[in-house]
Formats: sequence, C-alpha cells, structure tokens
Amino acid sequence: MRIFSATVLFVVFCSVLARGASPQQASPPQAVPAKPDPASGKLIFERHCSLCHGIDGGGGRGPSLRRPKLSHVADEQSLKGLIENGYPPEMPPAWFLTEEELKNTAAYVFGLGSVPQEKIAGDPAQGRQLYARNGCSSCHRIEGQGSSFAPDLSDVGARRGAAHLRETLRNPAKTMPEDFLLVEAVTTSGQAIRGIRLNEDTFTIQLKDSQSRFYSFRKSELRDLKKLRGETPMPAYASVLSETELDDLIAFLASQRGKP
Amino acid sequence: MKPFALFFFFCSATVAQVSYERIVNADKEPGNWLTYSRDLQGHRFSPLAEINSQNVSRLKVKWAFQFPQQTNEVSPIVIDGIVYVTGPNAAAALDGRTGRSLWTWSRPLPSDYRSIGFGHTNRGPAVLDDKLFVATLDGYLVALDLKNGAEHWSSKVLDYKLGYSMTMAPLAIDGKVVVGVSGGEAGIRGFIDAYDPKTGAQSWRFWTIPAPGEPGNETWSGDAWKTGGGATWVTGSYDPELKLIYWGVGNPGPDWNGDDRPGDNLYTCSLVALDSATGKLRWYFQFSPHDTHDWDATHVPMLFDAQIDGKLRKLVAVANRNAFYYVLDRVTGRFIAGKPYAKQTWAKGLDAKGRPIPIAGSDPAKEGNLVWPNANGATVWFSPSYDPQTDLVYVATREIGARYFKRDTPYKPGVGFFGGGEDELPPDDAWGAIKALRAESGELRWEFKLHSPPWAGVLSTAGGLVFSGSDEGVFYALDARTGKPLWDFQTGGGIIANPISFSIEGHQVIAIAADRVLYAFELAR
Repeated sequence: MRIFSATVLFVVFCSVLARGASPQQASPPQAVPAKPDPASGKLIFERHCSLCHGIDGGGGRGPSLRRPKLSHVADEQSLKGLIENGYPPEMPPAWFLTEEELKNTAAYVFGLGSVPQEKIAGDPAQGRQLYARNGCSSCHRIEGQGSSFAPDLSDVGARRGAAHLRETLRNPAKTMPEDFLLVEAVTTSGQAIRGIRLNEDTFTIQLKDSQSRFYSFRKSELRDLKKLRGETPMPAYASVLSETELDDLIAFLASQRGKP
Repeated sequence: MKPFALFFFFCSATVAQVSYERIVNADKEPGNWLTYSRDLQGHRFSPLAEINSQNVSRLKVKWAFQFPQQTNEVSPIVIDGIVYVTGPNAAAALDGRTGRSLWTWSRPLPSDYRSIGFGHTNRGPAVLDDKLFVATLDGYLVALDLKNGAEHWSSKVLDYKLGYSMTMAPLAIDGKVVVGVSGGEAGIRGFIDAYDPKTGAQSWRFWTIPAPGEPGNETWSGDAWKTGGGATWVTGSYDPELKLIYWGVGNPGPDWNGDDRPGDNLYTCSLVALDSATGKLRWYFQFSPHDTHDWDATHVPMLFDAQIDGKLRKLVAVANRNAFYYVLDRVTGRFIAGKPYAKQTWAKGLDAKGRPIPIAGSDPAKEGNLVWPNANGATVWFSPSYDPQTDLVYVATREIGARYFKRDTPYKPGVGFFGGGEDELPPDDAWGAIKALRAESGELRWEFKLHSPPWAGVLSTAGGLVFSGSDEGVFYALDARTGKPLWDFQTGGGIIANPISFSIEGHQVIAIAADRVLYAFELAR
C-alpha cells in the first residue's frame, strides 16, 4: 500500500513538473533522467536502512521517517545527498549505492510520511465554513489560528488520506494519533484534571487541559493517574454532519498540506 | 586551602602507579574506580556507604562536565581524585573536585571511517601501571601516559574498512590488555585480542568464529563462517585465581536471515572462557544457538561464589539479551540455573543443559513475526550489578516486542549485512524495569517499573542503594532491598551509560553521563 502511495505521489509530482515545463525547455528523450522507482528504493531501504529506521521506516534505534517533514532535509534531492553522505556520528554514508539507487531510496523515504493528493468530491470552501461553524478551532489549530489543545491540522492533508479523515470525523476514537493520549490525574485533594499528555517519565507527567493550561505532577503526589487509551475529547460527527457536509469538510482538511 | 588541595590531588595522580595488585585488591581502596566495572568480577558494586537510604534525598550536583559531542556512554576510571573519561577517539583527565580538565587527548578519525549499526561512541578506558588504555573507532589500541595524556604506543587491532570498530573499554589484567571488536552488523569475523601493556605487541588472538579444521567450524555451512559475525563489543570479566577471561560473543551474520548459515553457528551468542596466558578456549556456553534475532551475548559477566545444593561453587551469571538469566559453573561452563527475567515468546524454556527449546514460528519472516523481546533485547550492553550484601543481581530490563522481518543478504565488505529488520511496538506498548534477581537462581525479588525500556546500566552500593538512569533523562536511586524509589534528578539528556561511585576528599560521589554531560553528585553538607 505504501509503495502504491509513494508511486502515485511521484507520478503526481512528475506530472506537475511536466505541465510547468515549456516545449523549448524540454530535453531530448535520451537526456531525460529515469524516473525514480520507490519500489526499488524500498528494497534498498530494507537492506541497508532498516537496522535503525525499522523495516517500514517507523523507527527503532533511529528516528521514524514516517512524517511529512524530515528533520534534516527539505526535498528529495537533499535527502539523496544525506543518504549518500550520512549524518555523522549516528548515520553512516551509503557510499556504495549508485546514483540511481540513491534516487530510488530517496523517493521511497520521501514518500513514507505523506499521502498523495487525491481527487475529493467535496467543496473545500464550504468545508472551511463548516470547520468554523462547528467550532473545530476551539481545539485544533491551522496556520497559527485556533487552540493548541488538540493536534495541529496545518499539514493534516499531507499526513492523512481522505478515507482516514472521514473515519476520524465519523468516529474519532477509531483513529487515534500515535502520540496522542488523554489522561486523568487525580490529586490527593481529590481534584481531577483531564488533559493531553505532553511529556512523561518514570517520576513525572506534564499535561495540558482544554483551556491550554499546563500542569506538572510528580506521580507520587497523585492519588490516581488514568491513561485513557482509546478515549478522545473529540465528538463524533457521523450523526451531526450530512454526507455532503462530510465531503466538504474532508476536502478542506485534505487541502491543508502545510507550508513547503 | 583549595588551591593546595587541588595541587595535592594533581601531584598524587602524577605519581600514581596502578599495579595489577591494586586492581585485584580493588576493595582495599573503595574511593577509587580502577576498572570498567570497578572490580575484575564485573560487579559494578561500590563498597562506599556514606550515601545511604537515610540521606540520599540530600544528593546534589557537585559539578558537571560537558563533552564536545553528544550521546556519551562512558564509564570513567577514577584514581586518587582524578577522573579519566573517553569519547569517540578521545580521552581526558578531569579534576575530581571540580570537573575541570587537566589534559585531553584525541586521535583524528579517518574521513572514510563509518560505524555500521551503532553511533560514534566509547564506553571507557582501562588503566594499568602508568598507562591509560583507550580503544578507538578506527581500530587502534592506544596507551596514554596517565600524567599528561601523551601516547606511549598505539597498536592496530583491526581494519575499519571491513566494518570492524571498537567502542568498549579494554580489560587490563596481569601483563595483558584485552580488547574486543564491534561490527556484528557488517559481516566481520569476530575476535578477542590481548596486547602487552608495556610495548603494545600482540600477545594472542582468539577468533570467535572457528576456521575450517578447528572445532566448531562444523556448525557453519560453506564459507558462511567468513562473514559469521561474533563481535565482542562489551568488556569481559576476569578470575585472577583461575586466570580465566570471561567474554561475551555477539550475533551471527547476517542478523535476521539464517538461511545461508544452518547450524548452531559457534561461538556466536556465547560466553567464552579463555586462558589469559594463551587466549585458548577453556569452555563455551551458547545461549542462543543459530540466532536470528540479533541477540548478542555481549554482556558483562558477573563472577561470584555461592552455595548450590549445599556446596560452595564458583559461578558466573549473565542476564542475556534473549530474556533468560543464566547461572553457570565458571570452572567448567556447566549450566546450573536459568529462567526468563522478562517477557519472551521465542522459547518454551531451557533444557537440562541450558539449551533453549524454541517455539516454532518465532523466526523472522517475509511478512513479519511478532516476538518478545525485540532486537535490542531484554537488556543490552549496559551493565547489571551484583550486590554481595543482598545477594541480588540488578538488571535494567526492557519489556518490548517487535515484528521481525527476513530479507535477502548480499555481502559487500564494509557494508551493512543485516538480512532483515524489525518493526518495534509503539512506545506505549513497551516499558522498562529495574529487576532484582536472586543471584544464584534468577528468582525475582522485586521490580521497579520504568516509563520506557532503559539504555542505562546499574550501580549498587554498600549504602543499600541502586542507581540507574532512564531514557527520559532521570537519574534515580532505589532502595537495594525493596526497590522503593528514594531520589531522582532530571539531567536534561537521555541516559545511555553506566553509573560509578568514588571518593573526593573523603566524601562519596556518584557519577553518570547523560547525553553531553558527565554529572557528579554528592551529599549536601
């Protein structure tokens, strides 16, 4: 599935490039570089990168690569350079890969964290109004506007496909983000604080409530600490929005792909 | 007063000679830390007791030293008030009162050097007589002058271009400096080397993968032994009476695909006992025959004597990466006891000789197989601790599973030779613990749960304390008898190192490296 997604992304990317190129700028056919092949890149990745980054790029000894923006590179070209030269002291250079293999690997890795743009039935302008009317910004934020309580949606269209967005809107508990955890901390005086976990270690936990207030607790000072796995403060919109409205809202969210 | 005291410390170090007799009798000078594990027996136990369960809450930072690079894993050596630290291709002597540098040494890293399967790091030096011994990433064992860091000699141990490297602290014994190698993910053929501490001349080499004609080669197929792995990247232990070196051997190559190496693949994933004079194999015990999960047996072996069935026996214990705790007779290598100390789903148990009884379907597969523990294991290179006061072994334990995948495995010199990979379970499905095990049986006495699987070793002390660190940067103390938490401090950097303890001006200090910083703690007075 991920190979398919990465391939589609690349085809879209190439078609955008092709449309932007004027006939005068077109190179002779023999000079056109071969299209990177993410499927071949996947095999190289599994062979040489999986030890640290996980077999599917989800991380392990090294960081996860399944995110829209990578830490040290802005585009496929710079990612190719990073793979070739390494990132000392932790990441060794892949000096042994050919130019084509480097391109293929970069294409595969670059496609890991983002979903391709899809043709979506809804109207994003209508979706924007629905987003505002339903109070989404009281929890979420887009391009700095809204609350920071729930996940930032500025690049949600690059991270999530339409089907995933639809499922989240209909039944948010089914598609919880990997790093999202709602907790309830009960102090010794009996006060219960519900919030999103910002950080945690063996001895302490830091939370943010729906009013964006921060709390820091030593666990030994709490009467109870409940990790509400699978619970979400987000309401289900299955019975609130019509299918057309869902399409519109999904179209709006899918258009939020972050700043390049 | 203070300038005088500093001068005194410095002078005392300049005349220090750390004879082998001093190292053997390390308990007579509890204020020093003379080997990787303080003693040759791999205990990482400090006889110092000034800091105890009653006053540990008064611990405060005495000083902090910033390394020039991140992710420091050093276990320092401390001699008469001077703290010796290492980094990748670097070493320094620090004033134990202030953490200020007294001398530094470094060796340029060749531009074509590359670490395959690990980061640029160094886990500590060794000391003998007037020299500090440092193993470098690019494969040299270097002898430095304790007084000023000047090089006495350097000996080439290996060829880094084939994927070999060194990250461990050497082991200095009578007339030998012993080193092991990294490179188990690069298709190396592992070995353990000994060098003359005076001249740097090689004394002997023990190949961990036997060549054709040597016992054990029959456990390989064809030329697979040539790229069979068996790295030796964690410091071993030594019995001065038996004159045996105990050293752990790493995974076979390629890690996750055993198709081209049918057989037990000796001596990978084994503990070997070597004659210190000759390097000859006295015995071996293989924990994970034909490993396909990257479960190196590279751990610090703990040597102690205990009653077994009414008889006092010389024992060696290992908490293994494969999630089993083992007790062996260290004279013969015979299996005495073993049991899981962490969640594992790959073996039904151990047979009467300690060989695992595998569960079918737990090998890596094209589509992935979910197995506990993950490739980093139930514990890894960081040290356990044996506490003679409680008869407990403390193990920093990782409770985490992974889906293991098998892939094809072309070998190319100096390139990763993995044969697959893993997909770890999400962070909230994994946890860690300090587990206190009865030393001669592995029976669980207590456990202290950690938020995540740890990467830090354990120190126990005569003050009845156990110290360790967490991935989230917390350095903490537990009650050695109950596991109750007594003190903690957020260092600000992930802790991937072993704690030590020593004395400065007669007062106990606890030290730990946390990412870029070496912290020293003492009691507020």
